[in-house]
Amino acid sequence: MSHSHTKETDGPEVYFQYEDIEQQQETYLVGMWSFLVTEVMFFGALFLIYTLYRWKFHDDFYLVHEQLNWKMGGLNTLILLTSSFTVALAVHFAQKGNTKLQMRCLFATILCAFGFLAVKTFEYGAKIDHHLLPNHHFQYGHVEGEEEHHVESKWDKMLPSVLQVEKKEQHGNPQRARLFFSIYFTMTGLHGLHVIIGIICFTALMILIKIKSSLITDYVPTEMVGLYWHFVDLVWIFLYPLYYLIPK
Amino acid sequence: MSATVVGQSSAKPSEPKNYLNADHTLKSWLLSVDHKRIGVMYLIAVTFFFFIGSIAAAMIRYELTSPKGILLSSEVYNKTFSAHGILMVFQFLVVVVPAVLGNFLIPIMIGARDMAYPRLNLLSLYMFITGGFLILASFVLGGVDAGWTFYVPLSTISETQISLCLVGIFITGFSSIFTAVNFIGTIHKMRAPGMTWYRLPLFIWSHYATAIVVILGTPVVAITLFLVVVERGFGFGIFSPELGGDPVLFQHLFWFYSHPAVYIMILPAFGIISEIISCFSRRPIFGYRFVAYSSLSIAFLGFLVWGHHMFLSSQSVLQGIIFSLISFILAVPSAVKVFNWTLTMVKGSVHFSTPMLYALGFMGLFVIGGLTGLYLASVDTDVHLTGTYFIVAHFHYVMVGGTILAYLGGIHFWWPKMFGRTYSEFWGRLSAMIIFIGFNLTFFPQFMVGYLGMPRRYHYYYFAPEWQFYHLLSTAGSTVLGFGFLLPALYLTYSLFKGKKAGPNPWNAKGLEWEYTSSPPITENFTQPILVTDSVYDYNPAEDSKMYEVDEEATVEDMNK
Repeated sequence: MSHSHTKETDGPEVYFQYEDIEQQQETYLVGMWSFLVTEVMFFGALFLIYTLYRWKFHDDFYLVHEQLNWKMGGLNTLILLTSSFTVALAVHFAQKGNTKLQMRCLFATILCAFGFLAVKTFEYGAKIDHHLLPNHHFQYGHVEGEEEHHVESKWDKMLPSVLQVEKKEQHGNPQRARLFFSIYFTMTGLHGLHVIIGIICFTALMILIKIKSSLITDYVPTEMVGLYWHFVDLVWIFLYPLYYLIPK
Repeated sequence: MSATVVGQSSAKPSEPKNYLNADHTLKSWLLSVDHKRIGVMYLIAVTFFFFIGSIAAAMIRYELTSPKGILLSSEVYNKTFSAHGILMVFQFLVVVVPAVLGNFLIPIMIGARDMAYPRLNLLSLYMFITGGFLILASFVLGGVDAGWTFYVPLSTISETQISLCLVGIFITGFSSIFTAVNFIGTIHKMRAPGMTWYRLPLFIWSHYATAIVVILGTPVVAITLFLVVVERGFGFGIFSPELGGDPVLFQHLFWFYSHPAVYIMILPAFGIISEIISCFSRRPIFGYRFVAYSSLSIAFLGFLVWGHHMFLSSQSVLQGIIFSLISFILAVPSAVKVFNWTLTMVKGSVHFSTPMLYALGFMGLFVIGGLTGLYLASVDTDVHLTGTYFIVAHFHYVMVGGTILAYLGGIHFWWPKMFGRTYSEFWGRLSAMIIFIGFNLTFFPQFMVGYLGMPRRYHYYYFAPEWQFYHLLSTAGSTVLGFGFLLPALYLTYSLFKGKKAGPNPWNAKGLEWEYTSSPPITENFTQPILVTDSVYDYNPAEDSKMYEVDEEATVEDMNK
């Protein structure tokens, strides 16, 4: 299907179903935006669930959210904002035709994405060690007959003290805490999955550019992956204050 | 439609090539990005899933012939009606018209060479099949007993194969999202020069409205069902009442999609009916813009009425009244369509060919299905009728009587275009009438028995044996209906091999697909670029009626010979 319909020119290749390159590029972007609409609705349902529960159990949510370290979340916010900047630069260089700088920017973005996942791994690891994964082993708050519910986490120990989860006492209703962590892990987990998909897309894009694949004819593929990445970034921009910065 | 062919016409090839004989290898089919081949592969796939879903329906009907049940235990009955619902909704009704006819026709109708994203189109096909087989695997490995609605907490604590089934539905859901993205890209950007929005066939308008509903609604149900998988798989508790979670929230999210989903099923059917009625009445569609906008307003209002599924849940009376009111308003654009189709036939030259019989059957059944919907949309009658066979009958009138009849009408209408062969008109008309009779016999008694109080999802009614009469009628009707569905499968398949060759335009219909492509179309659809210069439905009843006279004379002569 990759044979060109219009007469051969030096410009980018046009797939046979399109009349010209403008139509092809516009169509690609319409498709990507439509897909992002579905992604908004996909996460939108989760944000709705979060909103309702926080409205219903505001005090408990406030007390439980102290188990999250806002500095770790802030670090991740910083990393993702940087990655959005590098992606925007990559699209810019792609439009200018500067492949070398484009590749460097894409590589920086992938590094940021891995950095994000690394931070998340430390956070998740510590939470799991503290029995805060909301499955049947979930434990929260003061347990009758125990002096202090306190478990050491190997993940926490590896971090500088400022980034560790502060060993605060666990306040609030344990059941609400499990509800809180259920949606916390679901939403951040799904977001993390999107980050992984982003890494796969960026890697594929870089390989295709590297081997000069006929699939990459102009800047539009970079722009589309970039749009997706901005969306992933934006979801985190909402997740961060909603989970880490709940006001009293 | 008036359109001109731009550029020099090339010499006719000696052997007409088309998309079917372009390449014969299996690989050329399985990896084809041609929207027509993908449509044909969808046709095979949905027919397969419909067949399995029908077997489940037959088991249900057989079970209910006796007040005490005959064949199935309660558990197996639960799994049977779940299987019927899940397959028919997710693997058949939601996809059938867009995936088969939409895929095949949309690019041709707007004058494009293919879909906007042909590879994505192929991916959706395989996601659909993967999802379908995961669902079937969940049935084989032990079944699913929570119904197609998967209400929590039953679906989170049930020990059947719900997780696997939900993963299947999730994948199928994303298949429809990709198809919808493809439709939106195609309809927005791939129209031929001169094919303005108001020159588009109404089939396109209704598919456009459907695609919008799909991209807004389907992700919500996908994430909702995914949350059930998360609860089951990881032990999280998002809808769990023990933790303070709200099971009714699941219902809200589920119906936020699943009510618009009924418009996903019926809107493409409306598009088919507009094409058929206009063609076989030889008149331009009455009130084109009203019909087009009614599709969009149904799509919009469809998102605001989901609460009418939940009048008996914990939602407040005020909420109930608001949802009820909007549901009544939603009846208006649907009625606009029915009135406009009726007015299209007035002073037209109506001809009762097979597709027209299906379309008229659709109109009768859809009106009954739609009006009984109003009983369910008003809070006080719904309290009595909800959860009974009245509801079952209502949505079967809309889904089977509406969508399936329209689909069959569309298949009969475009069959000569798809495969270049005509089928037996006699058997076609017979099947339309058998299906109409069998359908009413199956589902009209269910209105009555539902009104009397027969609950849905029960596999016995020993407490009211007098209902057996209605159930016997219904089962008898379903036998006729099943036979009616089998007929087209047989004579249409037969026509593929023995049918008469159809010309490019056997119905003298208007539209790019009839006037500017061969039957079957070539892989690139058109030999030259198209320039559209006039509106779609330029039928003329007075002139066109002569066409039928010639037709009938020819038939009489044939018979005399």
